[in-house]
Amino acid sequence: MATKIFKHIQSTVVPLAIENIDTDQIIPARFLKATTREGFGNNLFRDWRFDQNDQPKMDFVLNHPTYSGKVLVAGNNFGCGSSREHAAWAIVDYGFDVVVSSFFADIFKGNALNNGLLPVQVSDAFLKKIFDAVFADAHAQVEVDLENQFIKISSTGEQESFEINPYKKACLLNGYDDIDFILSKTELIEQYENSTEF
Amino acid sequence: MNSSEGFPDILYIDTHFIHEVTSPQAFDGLRERGLPIFRPKQTIATADHNVPTWDQHLPIKEELSRYQVDMLTKNCAEFGIELYGLGHPYQGIVHVIGPELGITRPGCTYVCGDSHTSTHGAFGAIAFGIGTSQVEQVLATQCLLQSRPKRMKIEVNGKLQKGVGAKDIILYIISQTTAAGGTGYAVEYAGDTFRSLSMEGRMTVCNMSIEMGARCGLIAPDETTIEYVKGREFAPKGEEWDKAVAYWKTLYSDDDAEFDKVLSFRAEDIEPMITYGTNPGMGIGVTQQVPATESFEQKEQTSYAKALAYMGLEDNQLMLGKPIDYVFIGSCTNSRIEDLREVAEFVKGKQKADNVTVWVVPGSKQVQEQAIREGLDKVFEAAGFPLREPGCSACLGMNEDKIPAGKYCVSTSNRNFEGRQGPNSRTFLASPLTAAAAAINGYITDVREMLEEGELIA
Repeated sequence: MATKIFKHIQSTVVPLAIENIDTDQIIPARFLKATTREGFGNNLFRDWRFDQNDQPKMDFVLNHPTYSGKVLVAGNNFGCGSSREHAAWAIVDYGFDVVVSSFFADIFKGNALNNGLLPVQVSDAFLKKIFDAVFADAHAQVEVDLENQFIKISSTGEQESFEINPYKKACLLNGYDDIDFILSKTELIEQYENSTEF
Repeated sequence: MNSSEGFPDILYIDTHFIHEVTSPQAFDGLRERGLPIFRPKQTIATADHNVPTWDQHLPIKEELSRYQVDMLTKNCAEFGIELYGLGHPYQGIVHVIGPELGITRPGCTYVCGDSHTSTHGAFGAIAFGIGTSQVEQVLATQCLLQSRPKRMKIEVNGKLQKGVGAKDIILYIISQTTAAGGTGYAVEYAGDTFRSLSMEGRMTVCNMSIEMGARCGLIAPDETTIEYVKGREFAPKGEEWDKAVAYWKTLYSDDDAEFDKVLSFRAEDIEPMITYGTNPGMGIGVTQQVPATESFEQKEQTSYAKALAYMGLEDNQLMLGKPIDYVFIGSCTNSRIEDLREVAEFVKGKQKADNVTVWVVPGSKQVQEQAIREGLDKVFEAAGFPLREPGCSACLGMNEDKIPAGKYCVSTSNRNFEGRQGPNSRTFLASPLTAAAAAINGYITDVREMLEEGELIA
């Protein structure tokens, strides 16, 4: 079954300069009761975005009229905590295609890749450069090129390359998913089952 | 299994656990693809996150929770999966029931759409949490694509102080590694301190491996492990048992095994622990002061100050004596029978403080019934600690058990993230003994001062 394809993007960014953003902040547990993958974007960062009376908190970046774009840039250790894939669904559903951070939690990174959301891990220094660029000019853009594995700050031309597992890269570029691949190896799986006792 | 050059390895999953929250979209995916479940007998389901912990015999009041639990029942019936749902004698938190039923065994692989699957590593198993797309993969193929993690050994040697237990060890370790320090690693816990822990204590340790970012943590099996598994419902029997034990005894790291990182700690250095911040790495010994913001690197200070503001704490504040409102004893970290016995022994003849609401939530129906057989429910009741019914309860705000906004809860669960126990709730993570001591006094307490000589050498 085909999944979302990602190749290249040039976009303004939404800066969220907070470290250790856990998946309970990305999508609080009380919104995990839906049984489909859609609609989670409305509750993305719910308790940072809205107060207890469901009024937008204007000091939170997603409510800030100045910042918008398809690239979310966040502090170190993004996506830690719960394995909920709803976090990746919420970010995609809200309209982001890329998340940039200096470090990602493992499960979140895997969930993002399985949903066509590209996690781009950059150095602390480059992360700071992106934040500096967007805080200096909210219209600052970044370019993210998956084929050539680089991220570039458009205004300054500074760029950094990023790592991605070659298999997952091919999946994103072509919209493949893991199930099709593993199913093509059924014979190997059955051989293994017959060879093991415990 | 090696698949092909340039592709990740294929990992075969011996047992797949599912619950109601992270599985419905996976079943929908199978329907869309027209795929059956590859090995339906190797998936076990339970309802835990959404279930109420009072009056479980009545229909779930909250409509969306009820719908999600009903959906699990429907999916399991349609796809032929064994379900230990509400009312079943085996129902409980997924990471409590697997071990207690003898499903969790050394040398096997376990996954679940739940990050605390690392719990099962206590048996010398490979066990880790996955997302819903991967739940669908395992349902469809009994396999996952997996890259090899880096290896970390965490050694703790020595004798624990009185009043210090497994929960304090893991909170201490995470306070040293930070919440990200284990990311990308599989962790082996080694050293005589872990050897001296019971299986339930080892589960508490492995459970929180994910809180330092490690997807899995394990402890090599030994006689304690074998004794624990022996005779359980789904444990191997007869000749199969002998063969299994012989195999399990081969499961240990070689003396010269290489690790990418090794950390060593002394058991004597570990105090009863308490967290003060909004991730599990923000923990200190209960007698210590909250660290000052300026003791952190510049780039971390904004996030740190935000966490303290959320918690209503200040730089250098002493945690001892801080008044609290709720105490929650439960969750996949600390809801097993030994946790309940330890708390019952401690609170016997004592009474909770008037300002505190206490919930004791057993991890499973079997734990609940065992507690009642031992009369622990009566001890709890006399102390003002009602024993509730099994479920995830106040660990996360998905069921009726929520901590109100602004209130403080000393919790034996595993996460102190903002709003984890309910919108704007504030969580202090601690051991069952430290939580019980806070419930009795109404404020954060050094439990060691309440233990008599010779009592509770945990």
